[in-house]
Amino acid sequence: MSEYFLLLISTILVNNFVLVKFLGLCPFMGSSRKLEVAIGMALATTFVLTISSASSYLVNQYILIPLEIEYLRTITFILVIAAVVNLTEMMVHKTSPMLYQVLGIFLPLITTNCAVLGVALLNIQTGHGFFESIIFGFGAAVGFSMVMILFASIRERLVASDVPEIFQGAPIALITAGIMSIAFLGFAGLDKGLN
Amino acid sequence: MLSGVLALIMLAAFFGLVLGFSAIFFKVESSPVVNKIDNLLPQTQCGQCTFPGCRPYAEAIAAKKAPINLCPPGGEKTIQALADLLDVEALPLDESEDTDPIPLVAVIIEEICIGCTLCIQACPVDAILGAAKQMHTVIESECTGCKLCVLPCPVDCIEMVPIKQTLSNWHWQEPQYSVNNKTEETIFTSIQHVLSENAHL
Repeated sequence: MSEYFLLLISTILVNNFVLVKFLGLCPFMGSSRKLEVAIGMALATTFVLTISSASSYLVNQYILIPLEIEYLRTITFILVIAAVVNLTEMMVHKTSPMLYQVLGIFLPLITTNCAVLGVALLNIQTGHGFFESIIFGFGAAVGFSMVMILFASIRERLVASDVPEIFQGAPIALITAGIMSIAFLGFAGLDKGLN
Repeated sequence: MLSGVLALIMLAAFFGLVLGFSAIFFKVESSPVVNKIDNLLPQTQCGQCTFPGCRPYAEAIAAKKAPINLCPPGGEKTIQALADLLDVEALPLDESEDTDPIPLVAVIIEEICIGCTLCIQACPVDAILGAAKQMHTVIESECTGCKLCVLPCPVDCIEMVPIKQTLSNWHWQEPQYSVNNKTEETIFTSIQHVLSENAHL
């Protein structure tokens, strides 16, 4: 039980996918201008990441390995992720039309979110089991959501603050992201300390 | 090699099936009636119907929660088209609230305008011309008189004035005997009404 908890903490804080591994930067920069959009994006990504890490593990374990076609892993995972994203889009459209409108183009774009494919591939590389894969995917998603929401809140305040003209817009956002990344380096070694 | 191709095809077919079934299962019932009504509305999103936009108003009409005569930018033409589509009787434009019977047009008092562009952003039909720190002006022929630009103006330089009646835009008052259930008003009183109106012209 404790190693699951450790895995969760380490993926959320220590090996944060956005700020430490630099995966999934496009939605991080693209849809973090407003807090509500960021929260919606974070929720959709959480759902997709968890489901896709579980299903890609199953596909890898019960289709790719028995047939000895592991070399098709990347393209198969892309297929799995695309299907899961499509399913999510339909469910969001059905259950929450408001969220569907807010997310707009970002929902189908989760397909090309590198964090999603990254989690699936890293799961296989590190030899995670089924539950470990789910926790790893969920932890990555929670980390992504947390960073998204933090960053969106900071950007909402940045709009009102007195930024030098030269830094206005994208530059100050990128600088903010860099400083956040440095701040998250402070968590390095936390998972070892808990051991 | 062959097993790889086959497995990938099978997988794709499986996902296709799952998605196909879930498309049926999660089908969103967007009523075709709402789309048709929405197409007839002017899409100015002005909110004068008290709904937050044209689509919500269309949904309310389809659900029979709103009458068809709440759209000032659309005017009589839209009401007639909606009445034809829904097979109901055409009602006169609802002028119960602050909508004046006289068509209004926005005018910017140009000496006061500071060029803040706030009214340009508020205008649903892009009828205001101008740039930052430049004086703005209203394109009269495009203005629907929705008053949405009046509130955002920080210096209160926008006024709603009635459209001047000229020979080119004057037309006969529409006969009023069948509308609004005013049965006592006959065609004769309506003509008298028009005549009395013309008397002071």
